[in-house]
Amino acid sequence: MQSAISIQNLSKHYADNQALKSINCEIQPGELFGFIGPDGAGKTSLFRILTSLLLPDQGQAKVLGFDVVSDYKAIREQVGYMPGRFSLYQDLTVEENLKFFAGVFKSNLAENYYLIEDIYQQILPFKHRRAGKLSGGMKQKLALSCALIHKPQVLLLDEPSTGVDAVSRKELWEMLHKLKMEGITILVSTPYMDEAAKCDRVALMQKGKILSIDTPTNIIKAFPHTLGAVKSPLMNPLLQVLKQSKLIHSAYLFGENIHVVCKLGIDFVQLEQELISKGVVEWQYQIINAGIEDCFMELMNK
Amino acid sequence: MRVIRYIIQKEFKQIFRNRMMLPIIFVMPVIQLIVLSYTATFEIKEVRLGVVDMDQSYSSRELVSKFQGSPFFKLVNFSFSIAELEKEMQKGDLQQIVVIPQNFEAAINKGENPKIQIITDAVNGSAASLMTYYTSSIVMDYNRQILMEKQPLLTATTGIRTPYQFWYNPELDYKNYMVPGILVLLVTMIGAFLSGMNIVREKEIGTIEQLNVTPIRKYEFIIGKLLPFWIIAMFDLAFGLIIAKLIFGIYILGSVWLVFAVAAIYLLAVLGLGLFVSTITETQQQAMFLAWFFMVIFIMLSGLFTPTESMPIWAQWLNTINPITYFMRFMRQVILKGSSIMEVMDEIISITVYATSMLSLAVWRYRKVN
Repeated sequence: MQSAISIQNLSKHYADNQALKSINCEIQPGELFGFIGPDGAGKTSLFRILTSLLLPDQGQAKVLGFDVVSDYKAIREQVGYMPGRFSLYQDLTVEENLKFFAGVFKSNLAENYYLIEDIYQQILPFKHRRAGKLSGGMKQKLALSCALIHKPQVLLLDEPSTGVDAVSRKELWEMLHKLKMEGITILVSTPYMDEAAKCDRVALMQKGKILSIDTPTNIIKAFPHTLGAVKSPLMNPLLQVLKQSKLIHSAYLFGENIHVVCKLGIDFVQLEQELISKGVVEWQYQIINAGIEDCFMELMNK
Repeated sequence: MRVIRYIIQKEFKQIFRNRMMLPIIFVMPVIQLIVLSYTATFEIKEVRLGVVDMDQSYSSRELVSKFQGSPFFKLVNFSFSIAELEKEMQKGDLQQIVVIPQNFEAAINKGENPKIQIITDAVNGSAASLMTYYTSSIVMDYNRQILMEKQPLLTATTGIRTPYQFWYNPELDYKNYMVPGILVLLVTMIGAFLSGMNIVREKEIGTIEQLNVTPIRKYEFIIGKLLPFWIIAMFDLAFGLIIAKLIFGIYILGSVWLVFAVAAIYLLAVLGLGLFVSTITETQQQAMFLAWFFMVIFIMLSGLFTPTESMPIWAQWLNTINPITYFMRFMRQVILKGSSIMEVMDEIISITVYATSMLSLAVWRYRKVN
């Protein structure tokens, strides 16, 4: 089957920084695909190239078989894009925005209403309110409705969960899963590692490079080390000791714990002995499964 | 077509929702016409005059009384000291000093040529030349009177007389000259500023991003964006013409249709300029400054206040690329002189060429991608 999106050796640089360094990626039709990485990883540049808003320096990208440079017109008919920054008309009402975007796509509100019904229903009570006066979550629902109104085959959402409350985030992901059922290929970028699990596959990005592409489960499975969450009343001194230990691959603060990654072939029994010999007694540990963030840290250090 | 209609609809909604737009459309023309027409006048009335009459004779008093009788002069100071009056001119209390020397009458009677001195505050050059013109015509008039008294037969028949008539603006009313110019200014401002600012605004607040991913064609976007301002500017021209008629009694001597037809083409040039400015700027502030820069130069060069013919050669050259100059000349010709289409053909051709090239340049520069 032909890929919905095919990216080959794609590079883009701005005046003084390389935003994308020879990216390769294939995304299948109907996939819910996540690009995950911190700010500055190149996610927005990549999305802007895929939506034909930005020209790449090198390499090739195809969306639904159309080249992003030469067939940009065809792409704009088929793609829905929700930029990271709210980009609808703040001085138009909810309904006016939606009707306008339906209009410029030569569609109308009724035609694809079923697609947005679930989301639009929630903002329907505010349909005569100006978009600028909506709350963050409402704005995002409106933006998503506008991006979907022409029934795109590919939907690109640039950091849809940034700056949105937890409830709206949850609703957003539920919504995306429903849209996936409609056969729409969805690309989402996010800086939140915990959202990776909600995607079919993810690409971990860092400084313009893709570190790894796989299903979230496979990425976690590929984590080769023993990992433990360590707690102590004296976190910082303990972290220093751990970092100096020759048994440890890496150690970093993670929420209330220190995540300790042992070197290959080393387990916590050996580590415990070493710490006791150094006189560290006040600590507990728990062996845990790696999360995406641990994998990300691991890949980053490679 | 349907897409263009959607864009225009949206633009009008946004324009009328903007609190500033209605005053700009309706109040600005009225204020500009009234304020500028009454203030930007070159007519000089009641020049503050000082007289030093050293002669104190019948003839000198008669000359002075001629100045007193003129509406252009107001005698504010008599003195025997030139130095004293010069000090007053320094302070700005006097604009002109007339010095009549001793033996003025004696010289006339002897058939000699008496001299009088005129000192003019020439800080404002054009005002100074007008004042000097008024003064010398009074003196000339008096001169002729003396000649007639002395040699009644001779002057009645000989000598060159220059009777003059002022055509197209018989009362030399400056408002007649200013009003068409201000209408040009009005239409230009609306076209160049509002259109450019509007597009840059979309860039600034990011909505252009969402618009650019839609299949809107470049021509659809440009037409959709420019047409509303074209309509508003045309409306304002009509509105301005009505005000000119109601307040100043100035009506179009030539064809109304010609005025609107050429204004329609001229607006394309101005809108093109606005669009061009929007393609090379990122924020409304930049666009404002850039448009303002172009406008101030073009307006000053256009002959709104001073005739283009009296500008230096380089400025006249610069004026060949100044669209406002052509339209200004066109409007004055058709409104004040009632020129026919053939008589303003040069201006019409220039405006059309300008509109075509400006719009093409702007359209070519405008990109949806960066």
